[in-house]
Amino acid sequence: MNNNDLTKELSQITETDDIFKQPDIAHVFIHQHKVIQSHLLPGLKVDVKEFEDHIVVNTIVEKNIKIDKPVHMCFGMLPEKGIQKMVIHNEIQENASASFLSHCAFPNAVDIQHIMDGTIKVGKNARFRYLEKHVHGLHGGVKVYPHTKIQLSEGARYYSEFELIKGRAGLIDIDYEAFCEKNSVLEMISRISGKEDDKIMIKETAHLMGERARGFLSSRVAATGNTRAEVYNKLTASAAYARGHIDCTEIIKDNAIVSAIPIVEVNHPKAHITHEAALGSVDSKQLQTLMARGLNEEDATDLIIKGLLS
Amino acid sequence: MKKNILEIKDLSISLNGKKILNNISMEIWEGYVHAIVGPNGAGKSTLASTIMGLEGYRHYTGSIFFKEKDISKLSIDERARLGITFGWQEPARYEGLLVKDFLKAAAGNKNDDFIFEQLERVGLEPEEYAERAVDKTLSGGERKKVELASILVMDPDLVLLDEPDSGIDVATLDKIFEVIKEQKKKKRTIVLITHSLAVLEQADHAFLFCNGEILEKAVAKKIIPYFKDRCIPCKHKNIPDKEGVRLE
Ligand SMILES: Nc1ncnc2c1ncn2[C@@H]1O[C@H](COP(=O)(O)OP(=O)(O)OP(=O)(O)O)[C@@H](O)[C@H]1O
Ligand SMILES: [Mg+2]
Repeated sequence: MNNNDLTKELSQITETDDIFKQPDIAHVFIHQHKVIQSHLLPGLKVDVKEFEDHIVVNTIVEKNIKIDKPVHMCFGMLPEKGIQKMVIHNEIQENASASFLSHCAFPNAVDIQHIMDGTIKVGKNARFRYLEKHVHGLHGGVKVYPHTKIQLSEGARYYSEFELIKGRAGLIDIDYEAFCEKNSVLEMISRISGKEDDKIMIKETAHLMGERARGFLSSRVAATGNTRAEVYNKLTASAAYARGHIDCTEIIKDNAIVSAIPIVEVNHPKAHITHEAALGSVDSKQLQTLMARGLNEEDATDLIIKGLLS
Repeated sequence: MKKNILEIKDLSISLNGKKILNNISMEIWEGYVHAIVGPNGAGKSTLASTIMGLEGYRHYTGSIFFKEKDISKLSIDERARLGITFGWQEPARYEGLLVKDFLKAAAGNKNDDFIFEQLERVGLEPEEYAERAVDKTLSGGERKKVELASILVMDPDLVLLDEPDSGIDVATLDKIFEVIKEQKKKKRTIVLITHSLAVLEQADHAFLFCNGEILEKAVAKKIIPYFKDRCIPCKHKNIPDKEGVRLE
């Protein structure tokens, strides 16, 4: 397949066909370790180094630059087997603002590994939204390892969402760690459903190191079949008025096993962290309400899970 | 000629070893508005939960017939598909589930226009509410209205409404009374569980419950003195004995 065909196929899978017609939408398409298509905007710099066995992508949104529409990053692989290894550095400089939508597509995966080692720097008073949406195949033969270190400078705002929108989870091993300075705000959300023998590991950590830093970690997992899911959420607060909250909901069906390990550590008398977790079957009142409207148990459960993961 | 849509005979139920309903017999006439009143803990919600077949309320003695069919073995959704539904005293909240999707779940094959009309009937603007989630960001009253809208979307033959007025403002209450009248015109049967005189006055017929028993069944007007006198003097003082079992 040539680059055009690959781009076409990836954009169809990720439902991004319409972005090419819009000059104000930037995009970068990467198939395995090669850039196959890109379109940039003033103030958005992407520097790529392609290697045989990995690719390095350095992206900068320059100081004071505001990019209105989401920048689409499409990372994927169409073959059934292989490894995609990416080293990704994103820097949103002082006062800049941008939102990146990463589409990760492995639609035919039988044995695919997607390894992502990343860093994200959000400069002083900058804003960054990072949405990662995965499309996997139906066989569960995909292993994804998104590992990222995040640095928020004073007054920075960061919002991230990790979502599996189609296909089997396979193995998902998320590891995000964030360091948050004074007055910064961090929100990290993940929503994943697993079935059959999927394995989901979510490790999210945020260190609220500066005064008035705020952090919110939220995980939503629906586990059916023989899925195993483990969620480690850690929040530390070491400055005055740092505020944080961990919120984990995991719904199970069949033989799935889920666990949640919240760790909260506070070492400043004026900091405050809370956590809540709900694990188990679907809430019976929610379920029975929908059943009292005529839905069978299966459909009612699916609707509740769909809401939770939306 | 009055026709029974629901017929309950000698219904008793115990929860955690406590007898909560004791030999209840009642007939609910098709196309009428009925009220169930009585003090806190009398067993009103328990009765509605038992009729709906909710979890924990399925081990009863006696019988419940709906449209002349014994429904004791039926699951909640089977009862619903026969034409019964229940509006909770405190409705559930759902993270991420949109109002429109919650309503659609009750719709069967009714169209979107019909769904949005029901929102308007309970005083919620579809443009403002359809895309919101049925979660904790809705106020208590808004959540009750969404619950009622979903019942109107389902349009069942029999609805059991547990304290439909609780948390509802006066203007909306008038709308709800209007809805009750309209539903009655359509020959729907409504059972209102309530502590409110205004709600009782919407009913044709009422049951006065006390301590798991029916003290009186009569036209609604005859039950009104219960509100005036706070409670009708009766042998049940609602005092449990040492084991928490009601005094016979
Ligand atoms: N699971 C349970 N185990 C034991 N007792 C219960 C249980 N559920 C309800 N009860 C008791 O049954 C009685 C009837 O409760 P119910 O909720 O039906 O009352 P109610 O008439 O609806 O009261 P209210 O007006 O306060 O809503 C109460 O005394 C209550 O404490
Ligand atoms: Mg009650």
